[in-house]
Amino acid sequence: MNNSPFIHLSNARLTLDGRLVLDRLAMEVDRGIVTALIGPNGAGKSVTLRLIDGLLKPDSGTITVGAGRRAFVFQRPALVRASTAANVALALVNMSRRERSMRTDAALARVGLAGRARDAATRLSGGEQQRLALARAWATRPDLLLLDEPTANLDPTSTEIVEGLIAEMARAGTTVLVVSHNLGQVARLAAKAIVLTSGRAVEQGPTRQILFSPRTPETKAYLAGELPWTSFAAVS
Amino acid sequence: MDILRRCLLSLLLAAVSGVVDLRNTAFAGATSIVVASTTSTEQSGLFKHILPLFREKTGIDVKVVALGTGQALDAARRGDADVVLVHDRPAEDKFLADGFASRRYDVMYNDFVLVGPSSDPASVRGLGVREAFAKLAAAKAPFVSRGDRSGTHGAELRAWKDAGVDLPAARGDWYRDVGQGMGPALNTASAQSAYLLADRGTWLSFKNRGDLVILVQGDPSLFNPYGAMLVNPEKHPGVKAEEGQAFIDWLVSEEGRQAISSFKVGGEQLFFPATGKTAGP
Amino acid sequence: MQMFSEILSRLWSLDRDVVSIAWLSLRVSVTAVCIGLILGIPLGSFIAVCSFPGRGIAIALLNAFMGLPPVIVGLALYLILSRSGPLGSLGLLFTPGAMIAAQATLATPLVAALTRQVVADTAVHLGEQLRSLGLSAPLQAAAMIYDVRFSLVTAALAAFGRAISEIGAVLVVGGNIDGFTRTMTTAISLETQKGDLSLALALGVVLMSLVVLVNMFASLLRRHAARAYG
Repeated sequence: MNNSPFIHLSNARLTLDGRLVLDRLAMEVDRGIVTALIGPNGAGKSVTLRLIDGLLKPDSGTITVGAGRRAFVFQRPALVRASTAANVALALVNMSRRERSMRTDAALARVGLAGRARDAATRLSGGEQQRLALARAWATRPDLLLLDEPTANLDPTSTEIVEGLIAEMARAGTTVLVVSHNLGQVARLAAKAIVLTSGRAVEQGPTRQILFSPRTPETKAYLAGELPWTSFAAVS
Repeated sequence: MDILRRCLLSLLLAAVSGVVDLRNTAFAGATSIVVASTTSTEQSGLFKHILPLFREKTGIDVKVVALGTGQALDAARRGDADVVLVHDRPAEDKFLADGFASRRYDVMYNDFVLVGPSSDPASVRGLGVREAFAKLAAAKAPFVSRGDRSGTHGAELRAWKDAGVDLPAARGDWYRDVGQGMGPALNTASAQSAYLLADRGTWLSFKNRGDLVILVQGDPSLFNPYGAMLVNPEKHPGVKAEEGQAFIDWLVSEEGRQAISSFKVGGEQLFFPATGKTAGP
Repeated sequence: MQMFSEILSRLWSLDRDVVSIAWLSLRVSVTAVCIGLILGIPLGSFIAVCSFPGRGIAIALLNAFMGLPPVIVGLALYLILSRSGPLGSLGLLFTPGAMIAAQATLATPLVAALTRQVVADTAVHLGEQLRSLGLSAPLQAAAMIYDVRFSLVTAALAAFGRAISEIGAVLVVGGNIDGFTRTMTTAISLETQKGDLSLALALGVVLMSLVVLVNMFASLLRRHAARAYG
């Protein structure tokens, strides 16, 4: 395993609908560990995940992402009106039928949805849907897992299942980048953390250091709950 | 994805079977011809009576497209019919002169009748055609015209002319040009208690007469001859000349004449076979 | 009241002719709708998810074509299928095939426009996920079409309703030939013209029942499926 960062962003700039969303963003995500992306609402965290997954292209700057499979678990799970199993199988279309059904069964069992395989995915509860989305990501054995607030609105049991799965994947070598507002979760899961405010990375380093001895005024304000909702200058 | 695949498959199957069916119906037509004829003939029910007899004899299926005479001749000009059976002599002669057919056969005739409300506000009952139309124009009595370049429309226009009425100058609210077939024109006249010129065949089989009755009939100028022509295969190679000619030959044969004579509505004979005269170009 | 009992008695005595006319109407319209679905769903999905120059115009055109006047479709097809027209050699004019072509022309833009609408709606929440899964464009489209399949039943019904109830196009290209291209609508029009209003109304009752039956069947199917898959 080489030690160069798995993801490297430098000088990334992005405007959406005339608003500057990311401004000279520079950050690195290390291989094979969990990195947390934290910061106030509107700081550009979700957009950063989309840039890394290739769903959005930056106006300028460079984004380097290591080779391999990527999986993205969205804040609101996007499911097709089909069975739970079919929603997992959708991510595995390139495999043989046998491989696909084996992986689907294993993934659903892993998140405690084995008994719901034939049920309609859209009939699952919010927590079950989020677990299903994670099972779908897990089934593809990704090299990079991107998670956008995976446990928002989940009950403690579901949260535990999801966190357990994320930790397990990281132990197995998956690079994980997770956006979260739950600082307890960040402390439990992430080895490193990156703080984003107003579309810029203001601080990055080991989670303990970020949470317990922040160096920048922005991070201090964010952790103290004092950072106002980020407002952006409109780009003319 | 299974359900999607199944849906797509059944869709494809349905469409393919429909299209195959379409090809069958389009190409199994070696023994079928298209006859462009008039709404009055079709709506009288004549074809329903005689075509099964012809089919039984020859195995040829006759498909009748009912249009106004003018439209029927236009369709034939484009090659969309094999035979025309219409009733507007001047238009037929023009069709012959233009070379779209080489020969016209007298098939049958019936006559036109002037119908109107039984109260007869213009007092034309029992008059000759010329006086009747002159009085109609003078009284500005509501009159419904086919206005669709049909044989009946042509006969009506000739009647105005014979009566010395300058129609473009005389027409007004009273003259209602419906631009439709015999049936709709009769429906309109019935609803508005208007006068109109109808062919006897359609009149006899028409069921929604309301207040309308026959007011003028039997005048020689109301004679309504039907002619049949085979569309010139030299103009349109797609024309089924052999089968088309067979149909015309049958119409004017003793057997065809009997078939036409035996068609009756309410005990009345509607069409009378011609005596067998033909006309060249 | 007298009219009503007369219609009932005419319905009772409807003969084999009416059955074959109804059957032809059903066959022509169902085939046309199937063709409309096969052409319209991919077309609508393509316009919904792909961006290309002139897309806004394509959407506007599509929506306008939902209201394409049947008689204009009939006239245009008549000129194309006429023996003097470009496709005259097919010999389709005055056949059920021509009527299928005419109704498919009416159904396709309707299906495409409705498909575009529902696929565009579902692409808002599903599009990113499907792209992120790395699915090919056709597979993404297939997944979204699958997702909206119950809405497409409604589109199919709308197209069927438009096809089976129109007269302008089938009359012009079919020719209303007795026993061959006479459909429910052209038969109703013919009986009206002959002044046989009670028979026309009896045929109208048959047509209405046909449409209601098809709709009931589809809505049952939809309800059942929606209960299972939301």
